[in-house]
Amino acid sequence: MTDQSRDNRRRRRAIQTIAFSLLGMASVASFLALGVILYFMISQGSGAISWQFLTEFPRKAMTEGGILPAVVGSFYLTLGAIAVSLPLAVASAVWLSEYARRGWHVRLIRIGISSLAGVPSIVFGLVGLAFFVKVLGIGVSVLAGALTLSMLILPVLIRAAEEALGSVPTSFREGALALGSTRWHAVRTVVLPAAVPGIMTGAVLGISRAVGETAPIMFTAAAFYMSHLPQSPFDKVMALPYHVFVMATESPSYWKTKDLQFGTALVLLGLVLTMNLGAVVWRTRARRRKQW
Amino acid sequence: MVDGGTMPHAVASTRAWVRRNLELRPIIETKHVNFYYGAERALHDVSLAIPADGVTAIMGPSGCGKSTLLRMFNRMYELYTGSRVEGRVTFLGQDLLRADVVALRRHIGMVFQRPNPFPKSIFDNVAYGPRVHGMAKKSALGETVEQSLCRAALWDEVKNRLKKSAFSLSGGQQQRLCIARALAVRPRVLLMDEPCSALDPKASDRIEETIRELAEELTVVIVTHNLQQAARVSDYTAVFLAGGEMAEFGPTEDLFNAPQDQRVRDYLEGRFG
Repeated sequence: MTDQSRDNRRRRRAIQTIAFSLLGMASVASFLALGVILYFMISQGSGAISWQFLTEFPRKAMTEGGILPAVVGSFYLTLGAIAVSLPLAVASAVWLSEYARRGWHVRLIRIGISSLAGVPSIVFGLVGLAFFVKVLGIGVSVLAGALTLSMLILPVLIRAAEEALGSVPTSFREGALALGSTRWHAVRTVVLPAAVPGIMTGAVLGISRAVGETAPIMFTAAAFYMSHLPQSPFDKVMALPYHVFVMATESPSYWKTKDLQFGTALVLLGLVLTMNLGAVVWRTRARRRKQW
Repeated sequence: MVDGGTMPHAVASTRAWVRRNLELRPIIETKHVNFYYGAERALHDVSLAIPADGVTAIMGPSGCGKSTLLRMFNRMYELYTGSRVEGRVTFLGQDLLRADVVALRRHIGMVFQRPNPFPKSIFDNVAYGPRVHGMAKKSALGETVEQSLCRAALWDEVKNRLKKSAFSLSGGQQQRLCIARALAVRPRVLLMDEPCSALDPKASDRIEETIRELAEELTVVIVTHNLQQAARVSDYTAVFLAGGEMAEFGPTEDLFNAPQDQRVRDYLEGRFG
Protein backbone atom coordinates (compact mmCIF):
# COMPACT_ATOMS: atom_id res chain seq x y z
CA MET A 1 0.00 0.00 0.00
CA THR A 2 1.31 3.41 -0.90
CA ASP A 3 1.99 6.11 1.64
CA GLN A 4 -0.42 8.38 -0.13
CA SER A 5 -3.41 6.11 0.22
CA ARG A 6 -2.58 5.48 3.88
CA ASP A 7 -2.48 9.22 4.49
CA ASN A 8 -5.75 9.55 2.69
CA ARG A 9 -7.38 6.97 4.87
CA ARG A 10 -6.05 8.52 8.03
CA ARG A 11 -7.29 11.92 6.94
CA ARG A 12 -10.75 10.65 6.17
CA ARG A 13 -10.96 8.92 9.52
CA ALA A 14 -9.95 12.14 11.26
CA ILE A 15 -12.59 14.09 9.37
CA GLN A 16 -15.17 11.56 10.38
CA THR A 17 -14.19 11.79 14.04
CA ILE A 18 -14.43 15.58 13.94
CA ALA A 19 -17.78 15.50 12.16
CA PHE A 20 -19.33 13.11 14.63
CA SER A 21 -17.98 15.05 17.61
CA LEU A 22 -19.56 18.23 16.25
CA LEU A 23 -22.89 16.46 15.72
CA GLY A 24 -22.70 15.02 19.21
CA MET A 25 -21.92 18.40 20.69
CA ALA A 26 -24.92 19.87 18.91
CA SER A 27 -27.28 17.37 20.52
CA VAL A 28 -25.65 17.83 23.93
CA ALA A 29 -26.12 21.59 23.53
CA SER A 30 -29.84 21.28 22.95
CA PHE A 31 -30.11 19.10 26.03
CA LEU A 32 -28.04 21.64 27.95
CA ALA A 33 -30.55 24.35 27.02
CA LEU A 34 -33.21 22.46 28.95
CA GLY A 35 -30.73 21.88 31.78
CA VAL A 36 -29.93 25.58 32.06
CA ILE A 37 -33.61 26.52 32.10
CA LEU A 38 -34.41 23.94 34.76
CA TYR A 39 -31.40 24.89 36.91
CA PHE A 40 -32.13 28.61 36.69
CA MET A 41 -35.83 28.26 37.41
CA ILE A 42 -35.43 25.85 40.28
CA SER A 43 -32.64 27.79 41.97
CA GLN A 44 -34.49 31.11 41.63
CA GLY A 45 -38.06 29.97 42.05
CA SER A 46 -38.15 27.06 44.47
CA GLY A 47 -37.84 29.41 47.45
CA ALA A 48 -41.24 30.92 46.72
CA ILE A 49 -43.04 27.61 46.44
CA SER A 50 -45.11 26.45 49.36
CA TRP A 51 -48.61 25.10 50.00
CA GLN A 52 -49.79 28.64 50.77
CA PHE A 53 -48.32 29.88 47.52
CA LEU A 54 -50.51 27.46 45.59
CA THR A 55 -53.69 27.90 47.61
CA GLU A 56 -53.88 31.61 48.47
CA PHE A 57 -54.87 34.78 46.66
CA PRO A 58 -52.24 37.44 45.96
CA ARG A 59 -51.97 40.13 48.62
CA LYS A 60 -50.68 43.68 48.92
CA ALA A 61 -50.91 44.64 45.24
CA MET A 62 -49.56 41.22 44.30
CA THR A 63 -46.26 41.63 46.13
CA GLU A 64 -47.14 38.85 48.56
CA GLY A 65 -49.40 35.85 48.83
CA GLY A 66 -50.18 33.07 46.39
CA ILE A 67 -51.27 32.34 42.87
CA LEU A 68 -54.48 30.32 43.37
CA PRO A 69 -56.66 32.36 40.97
CA ALA A 70 -54.01 32.07 38.23
CA VAL A 71 -53.77 28.30 38.66
CA VAL A 72 -57.55 27.92 38.58
CA GLY A 73 -57.85 30.34 35.66
CA SER A 74 -55.27 28.48 33.60
CA PHE A 75 -57.11 25.25 34.38
CA TYR A 76 -60.44 26.61 33.14
CA LEU A 77 -58.92 28.13 30.02
CA THR A 78 -57.17 24.92 29.01
CA LEU A 79 -60.14 22.75 29.85
CA GLY A 80 -62.36 24.96 27.70
CA ALA A 81 -59.83 24.99 24.86
CA ILE A 82 -59.51 21.21 24.78
CA ALA A 83 -63.27 20.70 25.11
CA VAL A 84 -63.80 22.79 21.98
CA SER A 85 -60.84 21.66 19.89
CA LEU A 86 -60.68 17.91 20.59
CA PRO A 87 -64.05 16.99 19.02
CA LEU A 88 -63.34 19.31 16.09
CA ALA A 89 -59.87 17.88 15.61
CA VAL A 90 -60.98 14.25 15.80
CA ALA A 91 -63.84 14.92 13.38
CA SER A 92 -61.62 16.59 10.81
CA ALA A 93 -58.88 13.98 11.21
CA VAL A 94 -61.42 11.20 10.61
CA TRP A 95 -62.66 12.97 7.52
CA LEU A 96 -59.17 13.63 6.20
CA SER A 97 -57.77 10.16 6.82
CA GLU A 98 -60.83 7.93 6.34
CA TYR A 99 -63.17 9.62 3.87
CA ALA A 100 -61.53 12.36 1.86
CA ARG A 101 -60.46 11.28 -1.59
CA ARG A 102 -57.37 12.90 -3.00
CA GLY A 103 -58.18 16.17 -4.71
CA TRP A 104 -57.45 19.85 -4.77
CA HIS A 105 -59.93 20.68 -2.02
CA VAL A 106 -58.36 18.17 0.38
CA ARG A 107 -54.92 19.52 -0.42
CA LEU A 108 -56.21 23.03 0.23
CA ILE A 109 -57.57 22.02 3.62
CA ARG A 110 -54.29 20.35 4.57
CA ILE A 111 -52.33 23.43 3.56
CA GLY A 112 -54.75 25.51 5.62
CA ILE A 113 -54.23 23.36 8.69
CA SER A 114 -50.46 23.46 8.50
CA SER A 115 -50.55 27.22 7.88
CA LEU A 116 -52.70 27.58 10.97
CA ALA A 117 -49.88 25.91 12.91
CA GLY A 118 -47.50 28.59 11.67
CA VAL A 119 -49.58 31.62 12.63
CA PRO A 120 -47.85 33.63 15.42
CA SER A 121 -49.71 33.41 18.70
CA ILE A 122 -50.12 37.18 19.03
CA VAL A 123 -52.16 37.07 15.82
CA PHE A 124 -54.50 34.57 17.47
CA GLY A 125 -54.79 37.01 20.35
CA LEU A 126 -55.77 39.89 18.07
CA VAL A 127 -58.17 37.80 16.03
CA GLY A 128 -59.70 36.49 19.23
CA LEU A 129 -60.19 40.04 20.42
CA ALA A 130 -61.67 41.18 17.13
CA PHE A 131 -63.86 38.15 16.47
CA PHE A 132 -64.86 36.43 19.70
CA VAL A 133 -64.74 39.44 22.03
CA LYS A 134 -66.09 42.15 19.71
CA VAL A 135 -67.94 40.62 16.74
CA LEU A 136 -69.57 37.79 18.68
CA GLY A 137 -69.83 40.07 21.68
CA ILE A 138 -68.67 37.48 24.17
CA GLY A 139 -66.53 40.04 25.94
CA VAL A 140 -63.17 39.46 27.60
CA SER A 141 -63.87 36.15 29.31
CA VAL A 142 -62.89 32.55 29.95
CA LEU A 143 -65.02 31.55 26.97
CA ALA A 144 -63.37 33.95 24.53
CA GLY A 145 -59.91 32.93 25.76
CA ALA A 146 -60.71 29.24 25.54
CA LEU A 147 -62.04 29.65 21.97
CA THR A 148 -58.91 31.55 20.96
CA LEU A 149 -56.63 28.92 22.51
CA SER A 150 -58.61 26.16 20.81
CA MET A 151 -57.80 27.67 17.39
CA LEU A 152 -54.15 27.69 18.39
CA ILE A 153 -53.96 24.02 19.35
CA LEU A 154 -56.30 22.73 16.65
CA PRO A 155 -53.52 21.92 14.16
CA VAL A 156 -51.50 20.09 16.83
CA LEU A 157 -54.49 17.94 17.68
CA ILE A 158 -55.51 17.29 14.09
CA ARG A 159 -52.04 16.15 13.16
CA ALA A 160 -51.80 13.87 16.21
CA ALA A 161 -55.24 12.39 15.53
CA GLU A 162 -54.49 11.86 11.85
CA GLU A 163 -51.25 10.13 12.74
CA ALA A 164 -53.05 7.93 15.27
CA LEU A 165 -55.71 6.97 12.73
CA GLY A 166 -53.08 6.33 10.08
CA SER A 167 -51.27 3.87 12.34
CA VAL A 168 -54.37 1.69 12.70
CA PRO A 169 -53.73 -1.26 10.35
CA THR A 170 -55.77 -1.36 7.13
CA SER A 171 -56.60 -4.98 7.91
CA PHE A 172 -58.90 -3.81 10.74
CA ARG A 173 -60.89 -1.71 8.30
CA GLU A 174 -60.99 -4.53 5.74
CA GLY A 175 -62.16 -6.97 8.39
CA ALA A 176 -65.02 -4.72 9.43
CA LEU A 177 -66.06 -3.83 5.88
CA ALA A 178 -65.95 -7.47 4.78
CA LEU A 179 -68.52 -8.21 7.49
CA GLY A 180 -70.84 -5.72 5.85
CA SER A 181 -70.35 -2.73 8.10
CA THR A 182 -70.44 0.70 6.52
CA ARG A 183 -67.33 2.85 6.46
CA TRP A 184 -68.72 5.00 9.25
CA HIS A 185 -69.57 2.00 11.42
CA ALA A 186 -66.09 0.58 10.89
CA VAL A 187 -64.54 3.89 11.92
CA ARG A 188 -66.73 4.22 14.97
CA THR A 189 -66.44 0.67 16.29
CA VAL A 190 -62.96 -0.45 15.23
CA VAL A 191 -60.70 2.30 13.91
CA LEU A 192 -61.38 5.09 16.40
CA PRO A 193 -61.14 2.91 19.53
CA ALA A 194 -57.79 1.62 18.29
CA ALA A 195 -56.59 5.20 17.76
CA VAL A 196 -57.65 6.54 21.17
CA PRO A 197 -54.23 6.29 22.89
CA GLY A 198 -52.56 8.25 20.10
CA ILE A 199 -55.32 10.86 20.06
CA MET A 200 -55.12 11.33 23.83
CA THR A 201 -51.36 11.78 23.68
CA GLY A 202 -51.94 14.55 21.16
CA ALA A 203 -54.55 16.06 23.45
CA VAL A 204 -52.11 16.20 26.35
CA LEU A 205 -49.51 17.89 24.15
CA GLY A 206 -52.18 20.36 23.03
CA ILE A 207 -53.09 21.12 26.64
CA SER A 208 -49.48 21.72 27.57
CA ARG A 209 -49.15 24.08 24.62
CA ALA A 210 -52.32 25.96 25.57
CA VAL A 211 -51.49 26.33 29.25
CA GLY A 212 -48.22 28.14 28.53
CA GLU A 213 -49.43 30.68 25.96
CA THR A 214 -49.72 34.33 26.95
CA ALA A 215 -50.40 36.24 23.78
CA PRO A 216 -53.70 34.59 22.78
CA ILE A 217 -55.30 35.25 26.18
CA MET A 218 -53.83 38.69 26.78
CA PHE A 219 -56.70 40.56 25.09
CA THR A 220 -59.36 37.87 25.25
CA ALA A 221 -59.50 36.47 28.75
CA ALA A 222 -56.83 37.58 31.15
CA ALA A 223 -57.35 39.87 34.10
CA PHE A 224 -54.64 41.82 35.89
CA TYR A 225 -56.05 40.89 39.27
CA MET A 226 -59.20 39.16 40.48
CA SER A 227 -60.39 39.08 44.04
CA HIS A 228 -62.54 36.01 43.39
CA LEU A 229 -62.42 32.90 41.25
CA PRO A 230 -64.36 33.05 37.97
CA GLN A 231 -68.06 32.34 38.54
CA SER A 232 -69.15 31.81 34.93
CA PRO A 233 -67.64 31.37 31.46
CA PHE A 234 -68.22 35.10 30.94
CA ASP A 235 -65.93 36.15 33.79
CA LYS A 236 -62.40 37.33 33.23
CA VAL A 237 -59.67 35.15 34.70
CA MET A 238 -56.12 35.32 35.87
CA ALA A 239 -53.75 32.86 34.23
CA LEU A 240 -50.24 31.68 35.08
CA PRO A 241 -48.26 32.98 32.10
CA TYR A 242 -50.08 36.31 32.11
CA HIS A 243 -49.55 36.62 35.85
CA VAL A 244 -45.79 36.34 35.36
CA PHE A 245 -45.92 38.88 32.56
CA VAL A 246 -47.95 41.32 34.61
CA MET A 247 -45.78 41.05 37.70
CA ALA A 248 -42.63 41.53 35.64
CA THR A 249 -43.76 44.49 33.56
CA GLU A 250 -46.80 46.24 34.86
CA SER A 251 -46.75 45.96 38.60
CA PRO A 252 -45.81 49.29 40.16
CA SER A 253 -43.26 47.56 42.35
CA TYR A 254 -42.00 44.80 40.08
CA TRP A 255 -38.64 44.52 41.83
CA LYS A 256 -40.39 43.33 44.98
CA THR A 257 -42.02 40.42 43.16
CA LYS A 258 -38.94 38.75 41.70
CA ASP A 259 -39.30 35.62 43.83
CA LEU A 260 -43.02 35.40 43.10
CA GLN A 261 -42.36 35.74 39.37
CA PHE A 262 -39.87 32.89 39.38
CA GLY A 263 -42.10 30.84 41.64
CA THR A 264 -45.06 31.26 39.28
CA ALA A 265 -42.94 30.51 36.24
CA LEU A 266 -41.60 27.42 37.96
CA VAL A 267 -45.13 26.18 38.66
CA LEU A 268 -46.02 26.75 35.01
CA LEU A 269 -42.88 25.01 33.81
CA GLY A 270 -43.50 22.12 36.17
CA LEU A 271 -47.05 21.73 34.85
CA VAL A 272 -45.98 21.75 31.21
CA LEU A 273 -43.03 19.41 31.68
CA THR A 274 -45.09 16.99 33.75
CA MET A 275 -47.75 16.86 31.07
CA ASN A 276 -45.20 16.37 28.30
CA LEU A 277 -43.45 13.66 30.26
CA GLY A 278 -46.80 12.05 31.03
CA ALA A 279 -47.66 12.05 27.33
CA VAL A 280 -44.34 10.42 26.46
CA VAL A 281 -44.74 7.74 29.13
CA TRP A 282 -48.34 7.12 28.09
CA ARG A 283 -47.38 6.79 24.45
CA THR A 284 -44.55 4.39 25.25
CA ARG A 285 -46.82 2.23 27.37
CA ALA A 286 -49.59 2.25 24.78
CA ARG A 287 -47.06 1.26 22.15
CA ARG A 288 -45.83 -1.63 24.26
CA ARG A 289 -49.37 -2.80 25.01
CA LYS A 290 -50.35 -2.54 21.38
CA GLN A 291 -50.68 -6.03 20.00
CA TRP A 292 -50.82 -5.45 16.30
CA MET B 1 -47.91 -35.43 -9.38
CA VAL B 2 -50.58 -35.10 -6.73
CA ASP B 3 -51.89 -38.44 -5.64
CA GLY B 4 -55.68 -38.57 -5.48
CA GLY B 5 -55.39 -41.59 -3.17
CA THR B 6 -54.24 -39.42 -0.26
CA MET B 7 -57.67 -37.83 -0.14
CA PRO B 8 -59.75 -38.73 2.89
CA HIS B 9 -62.50 -41.20 2.09
CA ALA B 10 -65.32 -38.85 3.09
CA VAL B 11 -64.00 -36.24 0.72
CA ALA B 12 -63.76 -38.66 -2.18
CA SER B 13 -67.37 -39.75 -1.78
CA THR B 14 -68.64 -36.17 -1.48
CA ARG B 15 -66.74 -35.50 -4.62
CA ALA B 16 -68.57 -38.09 -6.66
CA TRP B 17 -71.82 -36.55 -5.52
CA VAL B 18 -70.56 -33.10 -6.27
CA ARG B 19 -69.52 -34.04 -9.79
CA ARG B 20 -73.03 -35.20 -10.57
CA ASN B 21 -74.26 -31.79 -9.50
CA LEU B 22 -71.82 -29.77 -11.51
CA GLU B 23 -74.59 -28.67 -13.82
CA LEU B 24 -76.51 -27.10 -10.91
CA ARG B 25 -77.07 -23.40 -10.99
CA PRO B 26 -73.81 -21.68 -10.03
CA ILE B 27 -73.81 -19.48 -6.95
CA ILE B 28 -71.40 -16.92 -8.38
CA GLU B 29 -70.81 -16.47 -12.06
CA THR B 30 -68.55 -14.16 -14.05
CA LYS B 31 -69.01 -13.53 -17.76
CA HIS B 32 -66.23 -12.01 -19.84
CA VAL B 33 -64.89 -10.06 -16.91
CA ASN B 34 -61.96 -7.71 -17.24
CA PHE B 35 -60.53 -6.00 -14.17
CA TYR B 36 -58.27 -2.99 -14.12
CA TYR B 37 -56.17 -1.23 -11.50
CA GLY B 38 -55.78 2.08 -13.28
CA ALA B 39 -54.30 1.18 -16.64
CA GLU B 40 -53.09 -2.22 -15.50
CA ARG B 41 -55.26 -5.19 -16.36
CA ALA B 42 -55.49 -7.73 -13.54
CA LEU B 43 -58.13 -10.08 -15.01
CA HIS B 44 -58.40 -10.94 -18.68
CA ASP B 45 -61.77 -12.04 -20.07
CA VAL B 46 -62.63 -14.39 -17.21
CA SER B 47 -65.78 -16.49 -17.47
CA LEU B 48 -66.21 -18.76 -14.49
CA ALA B 49 -69.14 -20.37 -12.70
CA ILE B 50 -68.56 -21.21 -9.04
CA PRO B 51 -70.72 -24.24 -8.14
CA ALA B 52 -72.95 -23.79 -5.13
CA ASP B 53 -71.75 -27.00 -3.49
CA GLY B 54 -68.32 -27.75 -2.16
CA VAL B 55 -64.99 -25.98 -2.21
CA THR B 56 -63.58 -24.20 -5.22
CA ALA B 57 -59.86 -23.50 -5.25
CA ILE B 58 -58.37 -20.66 -7.26
CA MET B 59 -54.73 -21.30 -8.06
CA GLY B 60 -51.98 -19.69 -10.03
CA PRO B 61 -48.62 -17.96 -9.85
CA SER B 62 -48.37 -14.68 -7.94
CA GLY B 63 -49.74 -11.73 -9.84
CA CYS B 64 -52.20 -13.86 -11.80
CA GLY B 65 -55.20 -12.00 -10.39
CA LYS B 66 -56.51 -14.72 -8.09
CA SER B 67 -56.82 -12.41 -5.08
CA THR B 68 -58.38 -9.77 -7.31
CA LEU B 69 -61.00 -12.27 -8.44
CA LEU B 70 -61.85 -13.04 -4.81
CA ARG B 71 -62.05 -9.36 -3.88
CA MET B 72 -64.38 -8.81 -6.80
CA PHE B 73 -66.88 -11.30 -5.38
CA ASN B 74 -67.45 -9.21 -2.23
CA ARG B 75 -66.49 -5.93 -3.90
CA MET B 76 -63.60 -5.28 -1.54
CA TYR B 77 -61.75 -3.91 -4.56
CA GLU B 78 -63.85 -0.76 -4.22
CA LEU B 79 -61.48 0.28 -1.42
CA TYR B 80 -58.68 0.72 -3.90
CA THR B 81 -58.91 3.87 -5.94
CA GLY B 82 -58.73 3.48 -9.69
CA SER B 83 -60.05 -0.09 -9.77
CA ARG B 84 -62.65 -0.92 -12.41
CA VAL B 85 -64.62 -3.96 -13.57
CA GLU B 86 -65.91 -4.67 -17.06
CA GLY B 87 -68.34 -7.49 -17.71
CA ARG B 88 -71.01 -9.22 -15.70
CA VAL B 89 -70.74 -10.81 -12.26
CA THR B 90 -73.79 -12.43 -10.68
CA PHE B 91 -74.58 -13.82 -7.25
CA LEU B 92 -77.56 -16.23 -7.34
CA GLY B 93 -78.44 -14.75 -10.70
CA GLN B 94 -78.50 -11.16 -9.44
CA ASP B 95 -76.12 -8.48 -10.67
CA LEU B 96 -73.49 -8.50 -7.93
CA LEU B 97 -71.78 -5.30 -9.05
CA ARG B 98 -74.93 -3.26 -8.56
CA ALA B 99 -76.24 -4.99 -5.43
CA ASP B 100 -76.37 -3.30 -2.03
CA VAL B 101 -72.84 -3.81 -0.81
CA VAL B 102 -73.76 -4.18 2.87
CA ALA B 103 -76.24 -6.96 2.13
CA LEU B 104 -73.85 -8.55 -0.34
CA ARG B 105 -71.07 -8.77 2.23
CA ARG B 106 -73.42 -10.30 4.74
CA HIS B 107 -74.06 -13.15 2.30
CA ILE B 108 -70.48 -13.40 1.05
CA GLY B 109 -68.00 -13.46 3.93
CA MET B 110 -64.24 -13.23 3.74
CA VAL B 111 -61.21 -14.56 5.58
CA PHE B 112 -57.94 -12.79 4.90
CA GLN B 113 -54.39 -13.91 4.32
CA ARG B 114 -53.19 -12.77 7.71
CA PRO B 115 -55.45 -13.22 10.72
CA ASN B 116 -56.95 -9.80 11.39
CA PRO B 117 -58.95 -9.99 14.61
CA PHE B 118 -60.13 -6.66 15.99
CA PRO B 119 -58.45 -5.38 19.16
CA LYS B 120 -61.47 -6.53 21.15
CA SER B 121 -62.39 -9.56 23.21
CA ILE B 122 -62.89 -12.96 21.59
CA PHE B 123 -66.63 -12.67 22.18
CA ASP B 124 -66.88 -9.16 20.72
CA ASN B 125 -64.95 -10.22 17.64
CA VAL B 126 -67.47 -12.93 16.80
CA ALA B 127 -70.43 -10.80 17.86
CA TYR B 128 -69.31 -7.91 15.64
CA GLY B 129 -71.10 -9.02 12.48
CA PRO B 130 -74.44 -9.93 14.11
CA ARG B 131 -74.37 -6.58 15.90
CA VAL B 132 -73.69 -4.71 12.65
CA HIS B 133 -76.68 -6.31 11.01
CA GLY B 134 -78.87 -6.21 14.12
CA MET B 135 -79.30 -9.95 13.67
CA ALA B 136 -79.43 -11.18 17.22
CA LYS B 137 -80.98 -9.95 20.41
CA LYS B 138 -78.65 -9.76 23.39
CA SER B 139 -79.91 -13.07 24.76
CA ALA B 140 -79.45 -14.90 21.47
CA LEU B 141 -76.07 -13.35 20.78
CA GLY B 142 -74.26 -15.71 23.15
CA GLU B 143 -75.73 -18.66 21.31
CA THR B 144 -74.73 -17.29 17.91
CA VAL B 145 -71.19 -16.74 19.15
CA GLU B 146 -70.98 -20.24 20.57
CA GLN B 147 -72.30 -21.84 17.38
CA SER B 148 -69.93 -19.87 15.20
CA LEU B 149 -66.94 -20.74 17.37
CA CYS B 150 -67.98 -24.41 17.31
CA ARG B 151 -68.21 -24.41 13.54
CA ALA B 152 -64.75 -22.88 13.36
CA ALA B 153 -63.52 -25.62 15.76
CA LEU B 154 -62.37 -23.07 18.30
CA TRP B 155 -65.06 -23.25 20.98
CA ASP B 156 -63.38 -25.80 23.25
CA GLU B 157 -60.18 -23.81 23.35
CA VAL B 158 -61.74 -20.45 24.17
CA LYS B 159 -65.01 -21.15 25.98
CA ASN B 160 -63.49 -20.22 29.35
CA ARG B 161 -61.89 -16.99 28.20
CA LEU B 162 -64.34 -15.31 25.88
CA LYS B 163 -63.67 -11.95 27.56
CA LYS B 164 -59.93 -12.15 26.89
CA SER B 165 -58.34 -10.16 24.10
CA ALA B 166 -58.32 -11.82 20.69
CA PHE B 167 -54.60 -11.15 20.57
CA SER B 168 -54.01 -13.60 23.42
CA LEU B 169 -54.65 -16.40 20.89
CA SER B 170 -52.04 -18.11 18.74
CA GLY B 171 -51.87 -17.34 15.02
CA GLY B 172 -53.84 -20.44 14.04
CA GLN B 173 -56.46 -19.75 16.70
CA GLN B 174 -56.72 -16.14 15.52
CA GLN B 175 -57.39 -17.33 11.99
CA ARG B 176 -60.10 -19.69 13.23
CA LEU B 177 -61.53 -16.78 15.22
CA CYS B 178 -61.69 -14.81 11.97
CA ILE B 179 -63.50 -17.74 10.37
CA ALA B 180 -65.95 -17.81 13.28
CA ARG B 181 -66.41 -14.06 12.94
CA ALA B 182 -67.26 -14.46 9.26
CA LEU B 183 -69.63 -17.38 9.98
CA ALA B 184 -71.55 -15.48 12.65
CA VAL B 185 -73.58 -13.56 10.06
CA ARG B 186 -74.53 -16.88 8.36
CA PRO B 187 -73.07 -16.21 4.91
CA ARG B 188 -73.91 -18.35 1.87
CA VAL B 189 -70.37 -18.08 0.57
CA LEU B 190 -67.05 -17.89 2.38
CA LEU B 191 -64.13 -16.37 0.47
CA MET B 192 -60.69 -17.33 1.78
CA ASP B 193 -57.59 -15.52 0.58
CA GLU B 194 -54.65 -17.87 1.23
CA PRO B 195 -55.92 -18.40 4.78
CA CYS B 196 -53.01 -20.63 5.79
CA SER B 197 -50.08 -18.75 4.32
CA ALA B 198 -49.17 -17.12 7.65
CA LEU B 199 -49.62 -20.33 9.67
CA ASP B 200 -47.45 -23.32 10.59
CA PRO B 201 -48.27 -26.75 9.04
CA LYS B 202 -50.18 -28.02 12.07
CA ALA B 203 -52.40 -24.95 12.27
CA SER B 204 -52.92 -25.19 8.49
CA ASP B 205 -54.11 -28.79 8.85
CA ARG B 206 -56.75 -27.75 11.35
CA ILE B 207 -57.96 -24.94 9.10
CA GLU B 208 -58.20 -27.38 6.20
CA GLU B 209 -60.30 -29.76 8.32
CA THR B 210 -62.54 -26.87 9.22
CA ILE B 211 -62.91 -25.93 5.56
CA ARG B 212 -64.01 -29.48 4.70
CA GLU B 213 -66.62 -29.40 7.43
CA LEU B 214 -67.89 -25.98 6.40
CA ALA B 215 -68.24 -27.16 2.81
CA GLU B 216 -71.16 -29.30 3.95
CA GLU B 217 -73.24 -26.18 4.57
CA LEU B 218 -71.87 -23.35 2.48
CA THR B 219 -69.83 -22.55 -0.59
CA VAL B 220 -66.12 -22.01 0.02
CA VAL B 221 -63.91 -20.26 -2.51
CA ILE B 222 -60.27 -20.48 -1.51
CA VAL B 223 -57.28 -18.82 -3.12
CA THR B 224 -54.13 -20.80 -2.62
CA HIS B 225 -50.69 -21.17 -4.17
CA ASN B 226 -50.22 -24.48 -2.45
CA LEU B 227 -51.02 -27.28 -4.92
CA GLN B 228 -51.25 -29.97 -2.24
CA GLN B 229 -53.65 -27.85 -0.27
CA ALA B 230 -55.86 -27.31 -3.29
CA ALA B 231 -55.85 -31.06 -3.96
CA ARG B 232 -56.73 -31.85 -0.34
CA VAL B 233 -59.53 -29.39 0.29
CA SER B 234 -61.16 -28.52 -2.99
CA ASP B 235 -63.80 -30.12 -5.18
CA TYR B 236 -63.21 -27.77 -8.08
CA THR B 237 -60.11 -25.95 -9.17
CA ALA B 238 -59.52 -22.98 -11.43
CA VAL B 239 -55.99 -22.29 -12.61
CA PHE B 240 -55.08 -18.73 -13.49
CA LEU B 241 -52.00 -17.66 -15.39
CA ALA B 242 -49.88 -14.53 -15.37
CA GLY B 243 -51.84 -11.75 -17.04
CA GLY B 244 -55.06 -12.67 -15.28
CA GLU B 245 -56.28 -15.26 -17.73
CA MET B 246 -58.11 -18.38 -16.55
CA ALA B 247 -56.51 -21.37 -18.22
CA GLU B 248 -58.67 -24.20 -16.95
CA PHE B 249 -61.52 -24.94 -14.61
CA GLY B 250 -62.99 -28.28 -13.57
CA PRO B 251 -63.34 -30.89 -10.84
CA THR B 252 -60.10 -30.95 -8.89
CA GLU B 253 -59.43 -34.65 -9.48
CA ASP B 254 -59.78 -34.34 -13.25
CA LEU B 255 -57.75 -31.20 -13.40
CA PHE B 256 -54.88 -32.65 -11.41
CA ASN B 257 -54.90 -36.05 -13.11
CA ALA B 258 -55.48 -34.97 -16.67
CA PRO B 259 -55.03 -31.26 -17.27
CA GLN B 260 -56.18 -30.25 -20.74
CA ASP B 261 -54.09 -27.13 -21.12
CA GLN B 262 -50.36 -27.49 -21.66
CA ARG B 263 -49.69 -24.37 -19.56
CA VAL B 264 -51.65 -25.87 -16.66
CA ARG B 265 -49.64 -29.08 -17.01
CA ASP B 266 -46.46 -26.99 -16.80
CA TYR B 267 -47.78 -25.14 -13.77
CA LEU B 268 -48.76 -28.33 -11.93
CA GLU B 269 -45.37 -29.84 -12.64
CA GLY B 270 -43.74 -26.79 -11.13
CA ARG B 271 -42.15 -25.53 -14.32
CA PHE B 272 -43.17 -22.01 -13.44
CA GLY B 273 -45.12 -20.07 -10.90
